[in-house]
Amino acid sequence: MAKVTMNVNGKSRSAEAEGRTLLVDWLREGLRLTGTHVGCDTSQCGACVVHVNGDPVKACSVLAQELDGAEVTTIEGMANADGSLGTVQQAFQDYHGLQCGFCTPGMVMAASALLKENPQPSEAEVRHYLEGNICRCTGYHNIVKAVMAASGQQVEPVAAE
Amino acid sequence: MYDFELVKPKTLREAVAALQAEDAQALGGGQTLLPTMKARLAMAEQFVALSGIDEIKGVCLDDDGRICIGGGTTHATVARECAESYPALASLAGRIGDPAVRNRGTIGGSIANNDPSACYPAGALGSNATIMAEGPNGTREIAADDFFLGMFTTALEEGEIVSEVKFPVPERARYEKFIQPASRFPLVAAFVAKFSDGVRVAITGASSSGVFRWTEAEEALSADWSPDAVKGLTAPDAGEMISDLHGDGAYRAHLVKVMTARAVAAA
Ligand SMILES: Cc1cc2nc3c(=O)[nH]c(=O)nc-3n(C[C@H](O)[C@H](O)[C@H](O)COP(=O)(O)OP(=O)(O)OC[C@H]3O[C@@H](n4cnc5c(N)ncnc54)[C@H](O)[C@@H]3O)c2cc1C
Ligand code: FES
Ligand code: FES
Repeated sequence: MAKVTMNVNGKSRSAEAEGRTLLVDWLREGLRLTGTHVGCDTSQCGACVVHVNGDPVKACSVLAQELDGAEVTTIEGMANADGSLGTVQQAFQDYHGLQCGFCTPGMVMAASALLKENPQPSEAEVRHYLEGNICRCTGYHNIVKAVMAASGQQVEPVAAE
Repeated sequence: MYDFELVKPKTLREAVAALQAEDAQALGGGQTLLPTMKARLAMAEQFVALSGIDEIKGVCLDDDGRICIGGGTTHATVARECAESYPALASLAGRIGDPAVRNRGTIGGSIANNDPSACYPAGALGSNATIMAEGPNGTREIAADDFFLGMFTTALEEGEIVSEVKFPVPERARYEKFIQPASRFPLVAAFVAKFSDGVRVAITGASSSGVFRWTEAEEALSADWSPDAVKGLTAPDAGEMISDLHGDGAYRAHLVKVMTARAVAAA
């Protein structure tokens, strides 16, 4: 066991971690930040995506001890200071970009990383970027719509196929 | 996952020393190793994280004009930093897995692992790269031709770390990947590179002995650099190809031709 400290959503937070403790377990069990989900635990689904030093990573596929001192943003850090939903979150609500909501934290974190890198992505770029985020409910169209809307672009009605 | 002790060296020397411990293993980006450990297919008493070693991260140019990529450099960094100096390699790195995988996974880990369907082994073999391996007795230079020894097998010795991979830059090159959409690895992919003294063609995802050079295509393309030169060739022996539910040997052998011709057309 070792004490691990990271800056999580703007605050310095500490919790114990074993060698094998994954970042996602450190967040969920150590800090009780349960917004980050575990979908597959095999690095495939992207439900666990958080930002580490600004870049999206799968929290189920990185060790907590390796990230001592890192800056981490989770879905809990995406709301505005007054508690209202952030732009990407609000767009997911407005465009029905979620049904059960299990994939949503990872989708929002991946989408916001994309918009930081590429503020006006094309629809194809959104789909390509979200390749590692699997959704079992929505069929993706409304997720893509939400991301396009969050980037301030015109959203064409996307018919369900 | 079984528990272990994690050590986090800051220098290559310290990492090499830590790997001398009994039952110690290197941890690169963990994008292959951690899922394998969760499945209890890999374990060690001590893992040596390479992610804190700045001297094996980054891209530079050596005196021979080769692009030198530190073994701990992530796929995302290569995609970004080689976009102008070696676009074919940048595009290979930028299509590995997904963005989150590319922010952790490293070239050293990919090459050391030598998955029969991995992308970097094709890039390194097709580019005639040189792999620098750091061990207790110093640095060894290993040509890609001597490095990849078959599925999950390389010329690395126990405790050696891939510290750098040096890529000569071809006149023209291209990586074409026929994606297996569930894993996002290639089903079959071809890396073609045209140098002033000939063409190299490396194929991944196809052969049950891992990445290989398709020498018939190299000869044909050295004589006539065109997709048509590939179309006339006989596909590799289907019996030597991987056969699984995603594609049988004959299908993969056919894809070898198709992807090579596409790579030449796009180079
Ligand atoms: C969803 C998903 C999709 C993927 N898609 C692709 C794809 O399309 N194409 C592709 O090629 N790969 C793909 N990968 C694999 C990915 O590229 C891995 O990053 C890579 O194979 C291993 O690199 P790593 O740094 O993560 O190494 P690790 O997983 O940490 O280690 C892998 C092995 O290499 C050893 N090792 C690590 N670094 C070094 C070093 N510097 N020197 C010596 N030994 C070392 C370790 O001990 C271990 O045995 C995918 C992975 C995932 C999870
Ligand atoms: S839980 Fe991490 S990728 Fe699925
Ligand atoms: S909304 Fe249910 S998995 Fe995406």
